[in-house]
Amino acid sequence: MKQLDQLRDLMRRDRVFDFVAEERFPFTSGIRPVRPGVVDISKGPILYIENMTVSFDGFKAINDLTLYINHGELRCIIGPNGAGKTTMMDCITGKTRPDEGSVFYGQTMDLTRMSEYEIAQVGIGRKFQKPTVFPDHTVFENLELALHTNKSVWPTLVARLTGEQRDHIDEVLEIISLKDQVHLRACLLSHGQTQWLEIGMMIMQKPLLLLVDEPVAGMTHQEAERTAELLTGLAGEHSVVVVEHDMDFVRSIARTVTVLHEGSVLAEGSMDEVQNDPKVIEVYLGE
Amino acid sequence: MQYKSLFAQLFAGNTGGKIFLGILVALTVIVPVCNLVIPESSALHISTYTVTLLGKYLTFALLAIALDLVWGYCGILSLGHGAFFALGGYAMGMYLMRQIGDRGVYGNPDLPDFMVFLNWQELPWYWHGFDMFWFAMLMVMLVPGLLAFVFGWLAFRSRVTGVYLSIITQALTYALMLAFFRNEMGFGGNNGLTDFKDILGFNLQEDSTRIGLFLASTIALALGYLTCRYIVTSKFGRVVVAIRDAEDRTRFVGYKTESYKLWIFTFSAILSGIAGALYVPQVGIINPGEFSPLNSIELVVWVAVGGRGTLYGAALGAGIVNYAKSYFTAALPEVWLFALGALFIVVTVFLPKGIVGLIAKIKNKRTESKAPEVNSTAKAETES
Repeated sequence: MKQLDQLRDLMRRDRVFDFVAEERFPFTSGIRPVRPGVVDISKGPILYIENMTVSFDGFKAINDLTLYINHGELRCIIGPNGAGKTTMMDCITGKTRPDEGSVFYGQTMDLTRMSEYEIAQVGIGRKFQKPTVFPDHTVFENLELALHTNKSVWPTLVARLTGEQRDHIDEVLEIISLKDQVHLRACLLSHGQTQWLEIGMMIMQKPLLLLVDEPVAGMTHQEAERTAELLTGLAGEHSVVVVEHDMDFVRSIARTVTVLHEGSVLAEGSMDEVQNDPKVIEVYLGE
Repeated sequence: MQYKSLFAQLFAGNTGGKIFLGILVALTVIVPVCNLVIPESSALHISTYTVTLLGKYLTFALLAIALDLVWGYCGILSLGHGAFFALGGYAMGMYLMRQIGDRGVYGNPDLPDFMVFLNWQELPWYWHGFDMFWFAMLMVMLVPGLLAFVFGWLAFRSRVTGVYLSIITQALTYALMLAFFRNEMGFGGNNGLTDFKDILGFNLQEDSTRIGLFLASTIALALGYLTCRYIVTSKFGRVVVAIRDAEDRTRFVGYKTESYKLWIFTFSAILSGIAGALYVPQVGIINPGEFSPLNSIELVVWVAVGGRGTLYGAALGAGIVNYAKSYFTAALPEVWLFALGALFIVVTVFLPKGIVGLIAKIKNKRTESKAPEVNSTAKAETES
């Protein structure tokens, strides 16, 4: 009986090597590469961060953090500088490995064992704090590169855009209102347009979970409003996690707000609840 | 229809590339005619010495294109590309050595002269097979390719980038140079491989053989250029440029950047090996000096002078710098290294995009003064 259990343990989907678990379905547009039983959101949450700790040279950037993100939710994460917001994003996307604790995508996919590109391919998109696009490529090419398709070397060498994929790019261009800049090199875009392009690239990947780091930094009021619309529009179908300093912006989009402080969750709830929380007031306004 | 779209992919907005290929085609016609048909007394005659010199430049141009592919497009500054060139050259040299047969100084039908001199009794295992041309040609590509693959696999997987990678590649070529200098390695020690007699049964001293080698170099250069051009205009090429500009972003978009770098590096090494194999029969010698770090650095200067990230610019740079080198080393031999250094400084400070960039700038200024339309120039820029 014990041996049978051991055997079962050996066969667990999340423990076997990728090439065993992965069933290679054709990468047709519209269908994500299915890893059977993997992005399992039947219990509600799409992201499980449990007891995660990350330290850099003894300094605990993340300290025993536990956080769940539900499928389709729009979650804002706020917190003073050094609260560990960006480090948390790094852990989810595989850039940094947590020292302790677990990060699961759905119920079955262990993100701490996957590399950055694999995490991106299973549907986690990320926008950096400092907007990063491919400066030498045109807006169109930027979106084309982000397109959800087979991204290994040989298929890419002979890749041709299908009509369907072109339509998808056009659609996204419409959403991020860069239709007139299609053939402009990305380095010539304004700051706000660059932010939108990066969001567009995220949408092109057809992700289930979007991690958005400071989307309105340096934007004008109108641009910020437009971005708020964009992000609330994306929630529902996608889960969106927004890290932001701009409180007005957070108030305009947030349903649930999580406050991070010194690497762990200080408070969680609606914007009003959080703002009236004495602990939060103390952290933000000082003792 | 498909050929048409392929043609468009390779040449749309690529005037420089068209001119470059045009020059190559012209060379394949003019040079043989001027060398073989027009009598020596005529002013239009091209001497066999010049043919060989041109052939040598063409192999350098191929090498420069190979480096431009990894440096200009992928941002991998390899300071050891000379090693792949030399390895290809050695593989060809070994074939040519075996072709000498018993015509060597010692008249030994099985062993090359230097092995007889070292009192070796039999051919080392790694020399077997090199009497067959196809095997030697396979090794010309396989040996540099394999070395680049193993080296790249280790380096890129460990995320070694930038100046660290450059230093390691420099160390690689230096280590190979020291190894090849040793007699026990069985590659002729510091004399290298030389005294070649013939290739595929054709006497290497004959004018027609020289012309044949020249034509082979031209064809290799043209095909090499077209292949590289295909690569950089494909989506693969756009991913590679993306890696150069924002590697992290490329990873988070879902590309395994290590594989991309590995394959382009390996392909570039293979191309360098082919260039080396064409170089050796034309100059008649291959020795460990080809591995010297200085050679690889010179190669970087060619590409910088011509203009990175255009392919044909690299070939142009290789031609110009080597012509200058031939001229200077004959006229003012002491000055050459200073001139090279000065050239590098001038190019990095004043012409970051090389000669090609300078030409494009002049052209842009002219079109701008005619019609200052932002959109059209931006479009042209993205297409080129």
